[in-house]
Amino acid sequence: MTPVRIALPAHLRNLAGVEGEVQVEVDGPATISDALDALEASYPMLAGTIRDHESGERRDFLRYFTCGEDISHHRPDTPLPEPVVRGERVFRVVGAIAGG
Amino acid sequence: MEGVRILVGTAKGGFIITSDRSRRDWTVDGPHFGGWVVMHMNGSPMDPDRIYASQWTDWHGQVVQRSLDGGRSWEPMGNEFAYEGEVGTYRTFDGSPAPWEFKKVWHLLPSPHDQDTVYAGVEDASLFRSRDGGASWTELPGLRTHGSGEHWQPGAGGLCLHTILLDPENPQRIYVAISAAGAFRSDDGGASWEVATGGLESDFLPEPASPVGHCVHKMALHPSHPDTVFMQKHWDVCRSDDAGATWTEVSGNLPSDFGFPIAVHPHEPETLYVVPILSDTEHYPPEGKLRVYRSRTGGGEWEALTRGLPQDDFYHNILRDALAVDSLDPAGVYLGTTGGHLYASPDGGDQWQAVAEGLPRILSVEVQTVP
Repeated sequence: MTPVRIALPAHLRNLAGVEGEVQVEVDGPATISDALDALEASYPMLAGTIRDHESGERRDFLRYFTCGEDISHHRPDTPLPEPVVRGERVFRVVGAIAGG
Repeated sequence: MEGVRILVGTAKGGFIITSDRSRRDWTVDGPHFGGWVVMHMNGSPMDPDRIYASQWTDWHGQVVQRSLDGGRSWEPMGNEFAYEGEVGTYRTFDGSPAPWEFKKVWHLLPSPHDQDTVYAGVEDASLFRSRDGGASWTELPGLRTHGSGEHWQPGAGGLCLHTILLDPENPQRIYVAISAAGAFRSDDGGASWEVATGGLESDFLPEPASPVGHCVHKMALHPSHPDTVFMQKHWDVCRSDDAGATWTEVSGNLPSDFGFPIAVHPHEPETLYVVPILSDTEHYPPEGKLRVYRSRTGGGEWEALTRGLPQDDFYHNILRDALAVDSLDPAGVYLGTTGGHLYASPDGGDQWQAVAEGLPRILSVEVQTVP
């Protein structure tokens, strides 16, 4: 099992009832979708709020950033970068700047 | 101590506002779900402490919350609204076809017959039902697949199912309204649906008396006369005395027959309330005066209610779900504005007071009588 640190936007921290970043245990090679699957297993109320229930695709107004890179458009089965797997860096789910 | 609880959905959260039965001093609690769009909150007629809330944002989509303690604590419930089978298409603004896609829940209606049954009216227009207190949702697809769906079109707010009316004596009868598809009635618990728009005319349609395509803004009925339904249409206030089969215009002497909400007095089945808005391009009241109009004749003859409401320079809208009545005697009437003002009248509309004046844009107002 690989521990992955995930930072959520404020709306989702409120919904999940957490403060600061969360850590989830990821089974397997720790891809983007593995990390999000593990997140939703720990926090079922987040299902549908990051990825569409039906298509499984990332919601339009969210981005995935880590290690200074935008990985939003990487395939969901892309392994997370080594520094994330080693727990040195955070996988960030970020809301687009889309008004407020 | 008996009192009322107002459930206010706003563009930036939900508010719960309480008073004793005098309805003069108010306590504002909130925002709940601050920052989220709270489309609607509604309580169970069987247990007023059981409240459901529809919250939504562009970023994260739909969330449904439930409280079992009158709004003190909340629990996220099921938020998956999947259409059954082939979704089909409706008409977009330019008339071209678009596939149904779930966007958000506009209206939640807990059943008066079963505590764990809740209805949800959604965009793109369809009716969903939960039988497990909101944990999971199943579409009643007979409405969307009624056969007229390819002619439905969105109003400015989207293709939304915003009104659900249940017959208190006949659990098999359901009325719904959709902008801009019209009104529909089911007599078999939502399995099959009939168009309920006879006599309606809308000049924006190629055929003004078409069965579908009408932009119905809201419908209301009195529980003691469930065959009589009142409607605020895009233009025109109408009534039907045959369960929606035929409609008659009752706009009468209103200063404008454009508006969004309509409500029926809880104890007088022929007493109605509307809030006229100048037009479909000028979404504010005529003359800058916020006036609720009351008819005690089931429509046709209307009187302006103004005491305590702003009569100068008022240029906000009152949305379709933002007018409510309580069940006390005398009856309370409540309205919320897009400017974040919430007004209440404890005497059927004669006198009004501001309950709150700085809330976010108000999308919906419901009121419960609590023991």
